[in-house]
Amino acid sequence: MQEVAIVAFSQSDCLARAGAANEVELIMPQLQAVFGQVGLNNAQDVDFVCSGSCDYLQGAAFAFVSGVDALGAVPPIKESHVEMDAAWALYEAILKIRMGHAESALIYGFAKSSSGELPIVLSQQLDPYYLAPLWVDSVSLAAMQARLLLEQGLASERDMAEVVARSRRNALANPHARLSGKLSVEELLAQEMFVAPLRKADCAPVADGAAAMIICTAAKAREWGVPYALLSGIDHRIETHNLGMRDLTDSVSTRLAAEGAGLAGGVVEVAELYAPFSHQEIILSRALGLGEETVINPSGGVLAGNLMMASGLSRVGEVFRRIVDGGVSRGVAHATSGPCLQHNLVAVLESA
Amino acid sequence: MTDEQEMISAIECPSYLQYHFTAGSAPARFLTRLKQGVLTGQRCPRCSNVYIPPRGSCPACGVPTEDEVVLPDKATVQSFTVVAIPIPNNPIKPPFVVANLVLDGANISFIHLMSECDNSQVHIGQRVQAVWKPEQEWTYAMDNIRYFRPLDEPDVPVEKIGSLPVTGWEG
Repeated sequence: MQEVAIVAFSQSDCLARAGAANEVELIMPQLQAVFGQVGLNNAQDVDFVCSGSCDYLQGAAFAFVSGVDALGAVPPIKESHVEMDAAWALYEAILKIRMGHAESALIYGFAKSSSGELPIVLSQQLDPYYLAPLWVDSVSLAAMQARLLLEQGLASERDMAEVVARSRRNALANPHARLSGKLSVEELLAQEMFVAPLRKADCAPVADGAAAMIICTAAKAREWGVPYALLSGIDHRIETHNLGMRDLTDSVSTRLAAEGAGLAGGVVEVAELYAPFSHQEIILSRALGLGEETVINPSGGVLAGNLMMASGLSRVGEVFRRIVDGGVSRGVAHATSGPCLQHNLVAVLESA
Repeated sequence: MTDEQEMISAIECPSYLQYHFTAGSAPARFLTRLKQGVLTGQRCPRCSNVYIPPRGSCPACGVPTEDEVVLPDKATVQSFTVVAIPIPNNPIKPPFVVANLVLDGANISFIHLMSECDNSQVHIGQRVQAVWKPEQEWTYAMDNIRYFRPLDEPDVPVEKIGSLPVTGWEG
């Protein structure tokens, strides 16, 4: 089976509102950046392209098709799309390469989620018979999950505030972050409740933007002569859409995906976790069995800025960057989708 | 337990979501000039194709089209159809002509209406010009142009449609 290498990554700033820009205008700078990192012209120079986005966020059917205008798809290219975070587009591209159908692939994710009222928009993605008519928004569902953790003594509000404080502090070194700074746990605990027991700071600030990545076979990476990281394992698992049947204080799907991706095969130096709510980072760290030896979310994670449909791919990109530029030899990236960590992807990256 | 249940054939869950749609930076520049009665295309820095209405990128090359080109309101018929049946909710009464038109200096067509013409005489390569609404009615929309009407100019050969200069067609 082909070894898969990551050779380029770029993400936009996490903007609260991208102003007049449309999706194509958000995507193009990121594509130009990753093409530039490898020395490619446009999507004609890779074998496969896969994107991740969500038409609900744009409020238009087949809205993702407009993204193709950013690619240079004349003559026609091999292209695919997932109605999910682009981390799953990465998964599809990896399958293509491992099956020998492609040697290289471009992956990108994008959203302008500021166009709609995101928590409400996401409520309509759920089970259409019993949940969607109730309009239960994504923040309220996460708050119920946090309440379970607190009531069962599995985490405290202080634990959650510590996650936020570390995220903001780490984000000081992340030029793309929306929120960063030095906030003490006491200052955070003094903030008023938003959707109890969540404070605003416990919820990832939603952002407009895009991210892009280029992957290829390890042989192709050497041919291109660019630094690369190996993607040694990837797996994803989904739990039932029936929230009442899940143990929301645990993430069984993350644990299974981590086993599938071979996470236990070595020390994890860095972990980038897609935890849109502070308590979810606690759940994920436990499911992945992360301990003292692992630096969690050195970028600040998505609590510093959440690019819908691109943040999962960005987690992989952040680990890639630390391996190629920062001397890290092994790390894990996680992506999530659906309410209360319903669907989880785990990728293990190693230095070449 | 043999009570007959009413068959559920449908449930009603009306959903209504509000969005603040944005056309994009490049389309916004185009629409701003359109309100002033000016047609502005955008040129690709790589292949030099001029797009109108612009969407911000050259889909052939995948790069931003930032170079703006003011275009005249004369165009050539690239294709057309004569609509003979009433279309629901369309205020325009049939028969009417819908045409793919390429402005002079542009390389792709857009769709608009043709009028002040004999529908049976409309043909590919025909020269047309915009008939604008009164200036006080201009807004951010392509229907600032009511329709295009035929020009008394020689036809453009099919192979030249879409590659005329901004200065127009000499015949």
